[in-house]
Amino acid sequence: MPPNDSSLLGAESLAVVSHPVRHDSAALHVRGAAAYIDDIREPQGALHVAPGLSPATRGRIKTLNLDPVRAAPGVVAVLTPADVPGHNNTSHFDDDPLIADGAVVFRGQVTFAVVARTRDEARRAARLAQVEIEEETPILTIEDALAANATVLPDYDFKIGDPHAALAAAQHRLEGKLRIGGQEHFYLEGQAAFAIPGESGEMLVHSSTQDPTELQNVVAGVLGMPNAFVTVETRRMGGAFGGKETQAAQTGALAALAAYVTKQPCKLRLDRDDDFAITGKRHDFRADWTVGFDDEGRIAAYDVALNARCGCSVDMSPGVVDRAMFHAANAYHLPATNIMSRRLFTNTVSNTAFRGFGGPQGMLAIERVMDAVAHATGRDPLDVRKANLYTAGANVTPYGQTVEDPDVLASLIDKLEASSDYRARRAQIAAWNETSPIIKRGLALTPVQFGISFTLQHLNQAGALVHVYQDGSVHLNHGGTEMGQGLFTKVAQVVAEEFGIPLDWVRITATNTAKVPNASPTAASAGSDLNGMAAQAAAREIKGRMIAFATERYDATPDQIRFRDGLVVIGNQTVPFPELAKLCRQNRVQLSHAGFYKTPDIHWDRAARTGRPFLYYAYGAACAEVAIDVLTGENKVTRVDILHDAGRSLNPALDIGQIEGGFVQGMGWLTTEELVFDAKGRLATHAPSTYKIPVASDVPADFRVALLDEPNRAATIYRSKAVGEPPLMLAIAVYSALLDALHSIDPGKQVQLDAPATPERILKAAEALKVV
Amino acid sequence: MFDPRPIKLTVNGKTIEATVEPRVHLADFLRKQLALTGTHLGCEHGVCGACTVLVNGATARACLMLAVQADGCAVETIESVASADGTLHPIQAALSRHHGLQCGYCTPGVVMTLLELQRESAGSALPEDKIRTALSGNLCRCTGYQGMVDAALEILG
Ligand code: FES
Ligand code: FES
Repeated sequence: MPPNDSSLLGAESLAVVSHPVRHDSAALHVRGAAAYIDDIREPQGALHVAPGLSPATRGRIKTLNLDPVRAAPGVVAVLTPADVPGHNNTSHFDDDPLIADGAVVFRGQVTFAVVARTRDEARRAARLAQVEIEEETPILTIEDALAANATVLPDYDFKIGDPHAALAAAQHRLEGKLRIGGQEHFYLEGQAAFAIPGESGEMLVHSSTQDPTELQNVVAGVLGMPNAFVTVETRRMGGAFGGKETQAAQTGALAALAAYVTKQPCKLRLDRDDDFAITGKRHDFRADWTVGFDDEGRIAAYDVALNARCGCSVDMSPGVVDRAMFHAANAYHLPATNIMSRRLFTNTVSNTAFRGFGGPQGMLAIERVMDAVAHATGRDPLDVRKANLYTAGANVTPYGQTVEDPDVLASLIDKLEASSDYRARRAQIAAWNETSPIIKRGLALTPVQFGISFTLQHLNQAGALVHVYQDGSVHLNHGGTEMGQGLFTKVAQVVAEEFGIPLDWVRITATNTAKVPNASPTAASAGSDLNGMAAQAAAREIKGRMIAFATERYDATPDQIRFRDGLVVIGNQTVPFPELAKLCRQNRVQLSHAGFYKTPDIHWDRAARTGRPFLYYAYGAACAEVAIDVLTGENKVTRVDILHDAGRSLNPALDIGQIEGGFVQGMGWLTTEELVFDAKGRLATHAPSTYKIPVASDVPADFRVALLDEPNRAATIYRSKAVGEPPLMLAIAVYSALLDALHSIDPGKQVQLDAPATPERILKAAEALKVV
Repeated sequence: MFDPRPIKLTVNGKTIEATVEPRVHLADFLRKQLALTGTHLGCEHGVCGACTVLVNGATARACLMLAVQADGCAVETIESVASADGTLHPIQAALSRHHGLQCGYCTPGVVMTLLELQRESAGSALPEDKIRTALSGNLCRCTGYQGMVDAALEILG
């Protein structure tokens, strides 16, 4: 072990890191004392913003009469493109106008905004606009877009081997189409921002955003100001899940524009229905696949076209669809593969980042294929999966990265197979299904292999700012944002560990672009990997200076100095940490440092279609049991066992929370959460009254989650692994178990089941199988 | 628009006399006029449960009830649950101990739902399915509910 690498130490030798400490805001949350954007006390004169939404799906704005809006009670200003002093756009691709100018491309697009004394007045006034739109026929579905060849970006593919020859030569072939639904984030706190104008055109924006730096950039662009005039601050979000990355920009920029125009503090908190209408969602896909395989279920060739509905603009679709492709093989070695993708334009809200970022869609397709192959060969689906896993000799992905540790997943699966009692339960379930004509049960065990790193290389960087004050208390700031995942807690643990002080000496502070500039979004599960490293670097630098000072002062050598329990042990003397801090100040030792980290060893050449986009893989597997009623389609998840690899966890309690929450969110995506756009492009499921996320009684009462406690082989912070996104894909086990239950109706046939597997779809699938 | 109307109610034991517009819902009244921002707004149409408060001891969705309807009522919000000296109520302590929260936005509503359940149960042990059913009016997008259910079982089970 290199002298400085405490990362391989066991949890027992660590004082704070790896301990299951509570979320730093837990005590505030249970009292309702944690402040979100809408809880910030409004200064006198604060105004409220409400957007006006397009009633048409596609067309040219013929007239937009805003006089009745202006005349409404309480209205102070109405914002149109003419009010934008800078650039009327929120996107790098310049295709997401802040306020629609001339044309609308989806129903609900913002066509103006009202600023009024109260939120209620603003919202009422927004309804009074007289809009005439010359409507054009919208492109709504994946099929429409394919027929019109409408795309937001060019097609892209990668390939290994000769899939066409391999398909032709394969013993068996199957093909199919799988529709994969999108998903609304449904963060409990909707989009919100509060902008406060300052002197000389300065603007402070409090925003519920995962990407303060990007919002700073957008606001500066909209206002035509240098970035240095704009500060964005985010203390916490009431959930985000990817939905507050680019999608927070419009709310933040409208609030800032309103503040600029009125010179008053302005708040915009979206109404929930508006939030559903105007913010992007998970991409829905249609995966068209063909697979060739042998009698044992070993895959010889896989050809898949991932048709993604990107919506009306580019947004994050390049990364999302690329990530779907990166995960289209999941954990499997596919000797001959063609992974093709289409990035389709539709006149629907622009789809965006959502936990997993395309990975879930790519993965669901191949897992569905595994079940199809198992059903065709009559083999156990787990055996088919195992027969296709990466192994030491067959470990190159379709994008050229070598999987260096396939043994981790293989042994994880074996452990879960044993601990979930998979084989015995399969036998029991088979026996049950023999004699139960109406209630059918199903069981499935599916793996997850998720690549960690941003595939956009420059985002793999982070900064942190650490101050030690003369009383020994520590101020911690970094570019990551807190959305409930516990990032702030984990990074504070790292800093407390470094200084050998109690966790509560570290004061966690709101993310702020004035403290740590040019940060990356908190996304790609990389929050603690990146910010933990940056904060550790900052703390180490300060600690190094304190050590250098102490060696002189106490005539010691650096290796005689230890920081532990709030004390600094120097040879046989002990000095309290605060005292050493005070001495350092008196002796002009700088106790502040900005730390920086960039992920090493990653590169991706998109044009050449090869590289190493990921620093490492996070692994996991889930075993889910379900029961369905073949007469109604009603279904229930009855038991779930999960074994997940979080490396050497920074905080096992928070990580287990991420796994449970991610799994349940994935289960919602695959079972009850259905986005329905009607024939006119109107989102029919526009609120939680019509869009169903899982509730406490939907979650299996028998829910067993364990961590595979093995250090990451890559040199990450304390050898932990990212845990934000990968668990969402564990829920594929639920979908697969539903297929299994349906399959028992007629084992001679293939099951047709799109996602989400709603009761209607399950019923339809069951009916189709019952037809002789 | 209708003229503002006077109302008199108790909020967290304190008598409040106020004038409110008839269309203002109880949550806005609590949050804006009384600065009790622990009652959160998630959907504003009665589905998510983030705004759950107790009105005359029973859970109510503060976004679905008008402030004028609370005239004469006793309203309890999350701010009243811990003791004045800051000691957490056992339900709050258990939620924190069992990591039954992440972003915390749903948490106040969850506490109020469990508080009603605790008072109703009057000390008799509740089975898990009863707890899950009671909690199913409180949407949580982060946790998967396990920590919440564990906390509730410790106190009410
Ligand atoms: S805000 Fe009242 S139920 Fe959602
Ligand atoms: S903790 Fe985020 S919604 Fe429940």
